[in-house]
Amino acid sequence: MKKVIEGSQGVAEAVRLARVNVISAYPITPQTHIVETLSGFCSDGTLDARFLKVESEHSALAALIGAASSGVRTFTATSSQGLALMHELLHWASGARLPIVMAEVNRALGPGWNIWTDQTDSLAQRDTGWIQLYCEDGQETLDTTLQAFALAEQVNLPVMVVLDAFFLSHTYEPVDIPEQEAVDRFLPPFAPRFQLDTANPCAFGSMVTPDTYMEMRRSIAAGMEAALELLPEVEERFAGIFGRRWAAIEPVRCDDAEIILVTSGTVTGTCRELIGDLREKGEKVGLLKVKLFRPFPVEAIRRVLAPARKIAVIDRNFSFGASGIFAQEIRAALCNTPGHPPVFGFVAGIGGRDVTKDVLEGIYRQTVESDRPEREDLWIGLKEVPDALEHP
Amino acid sequence: MRLNIPEQDYMYSGHVGCPGCGAAIAMKFFLKAMGEKTVIVLPACCWSIIAGPYPQSTLQVPLIHSAFEAGGAVASGVRAALDTKGDRETVVVTWAGDGGTFDIGFQALSGAVERNEDFIYVCYDNEAYMNTGIQRSSATPYGAWTTTTPGIQWKRGRKKNIVEALAAHRIPYAATASIAFPEDLIRKVKKARETHGSRFLHIYTTCPTGWRMPSEMSVRIARMAVETCIFPLYEVEDGVHYTLNYTPRGFPVNEYLKLQGRFGHLTADDLEQIQEMVNEDWQLLIRKTGEQA
Repeated sequence: MKKVIEGSQGVAEAVRLARVNVISAYPITPQTHIVETLSGFCSDGTLDARFLKVESEHSALAALIGAASSGVRTFTATSSQGLALMHELLHWASGARLPIVMAEVNRALGPGWNIWTDQTDSLAQRDTGWIQLYCEDGQETLDTTLQAFALAEQVNLPVMVVLDAFFLSHTYEPVDIPEQEAVDRFLPPFAPRFQLDTANPCAFGSMVTPDTYMEMRRSIAAGMEAALELLPEVEERFAGIFGRRWAAIEPVRCDDAEIILVTSGTVTGTCRELIGDLREKGEKVGLLKVKLFRPFPVEAIRRVLAPARKIAVIDRNFSFGASGIFAQEIRAALCNTPGHPPVFGFVAGIGGRDVTKDVLEGIYRQTVESDRPEREDLWIGLKEVPDALEHP
Repeated sequence: MRLNIPEQDYMYSGHVGCPGCGAAIAMKFFLKAMGEKTVIVLPACCWSIIAGPYPQSTLQVPLIHSAFEAGGAVASGVRAALDTKGDRETVVVTWAGDGGTFDIGFQALSGAVERNEDFIYVCYDNEAYMNTGIQRSSATPYGAWTTTTPGIQWKRGRKKNIVEALAAHRIPYAATASIAFPEDLIRKVKKARETHGSRFLHIYTTCPTGWRMPSEMSVRIARMAVETCIFPLYEVEDGVHYTLNYTPRGFPVNEYLKLQGRFGHLTADDLEQIQEMVNEDWQLLIRKTGEQA
């Protein structure tokens, strides 16, 4: 049934349809509408789940580590400072091979306080062993949340469904909300491979020596590799039931493109418009949307980008002392391909600043007019603040 | 005299604790009273090691290790999951050291008991960060040497009164217990097991390594802590109803302190000050229990 709902409500609908057993969360703007909607579902009996209203994000994830280890389906949602507070337990969840699903609303980190969108919070967690999926619109967010449970439970790794603050979390769009019966066919009840059980008492997370630890880590890496293989299967099953297909990466008019713009999140939608306009004018330009950030689909990205003449990556995030984070990953993916195109790393929309079609066209023009990037990070739309730049 | 202690053990023979470890003795008695329908949540502490390295376990009940500060929260999640599975029989226990209770774990503990989560939180208190090598905690008593309160900078702050802090949350049951009084300990564990909501047990567990004392003195020194009124045995129900479970013989504190190297530097004046502090705490306690001074 189609309804006009917020991105946040789409996440909550998916959690309801997934018949999650235990939810644990701590409120933070702009994640609040997710937990408020879920609180309502639990309160009126729409969803038969325990919702732990814990005293911090750290405890939110800790509680789910306990619940998932006991063999039930779990969900949390957070953003920014909250995700940073969870950092230790992000490692714990993947190390313990727990299929926890989290909605993470991209928001800038303080100081100064900024509640608007910025991907640095989730990208800073790239080494924690979580699968990360970046969504473009409300429908994709709902669908991806459902798929996240299927994927997580197959590979025993946690999944982060990432959505932009406000541009996605608080934006109303028409979204098809699937029927429960169809979702039940797609997502059977969670069948844990291991769980705390008094009939079969085992110790979870015991001390491991150098003699064993390395193999355990390799096993997690193998789980990530398996996720890369399994996501298309999950997508295929999903498409078979719901008729909608998303993908780890989506190339748009890339086949003959000389310049390819690389985006993630809601910027992608704006960029689609731009590509259409430019193509009408005869410009050979394409767009690559990257949805799956961990595991990073290196081979698939290389196949799309290597034939182009220039690559322009748009990063709404930044790693100080390095560059935009998607740009780093794209460069690393291409570096072993002989004669690969130069990668322009554009930084735009930090802290929620609007990335309009004009901004994206400026990025495109700058890429057309330069042979190679002048520097690794090209900040777009910076205002004149001479003192700040000259006397850091 | 034969003690009335259940025969059945839920620990295998062999663990990785130091000789004379009070924390190992505490677990042995605790599980005897709990039985097999128990899940242990174990935030970082000495017991993270004592329980044995992968793939071994010294416990005959399921055990989940957790991050240091997360004991109250992980247990909340295990309980919630068991509830959704319809398992109301299994009891969830957090087994934490003093660091995981008094200090880094205090927030998650406070949050869990404020929600009145249905679980037992046990603090086995060896009065410092023993697993990392005897560093002070807020459970370290006034006067003690540790590796971070060395020489003339021995600890001058009082020990945090954790049972009072828990009682202030108005939880259904909080109690102190000692490895030197196993029948009292087992009775309290059974009482906690039969109670619903958040229950808290503060178990006094000697540490021969960290307290600089002979390992064979473990139980005797634990007994002296009770007899000197340093660690009284009492219960608090619903945060307000106090009961004293044992009347100490009231030995001078030095009878306890002199047995341990960690207090070896104290002067007669220091001992006098500690005696006054202990007397003061004792008076505060018996005013609540209603005993005569």
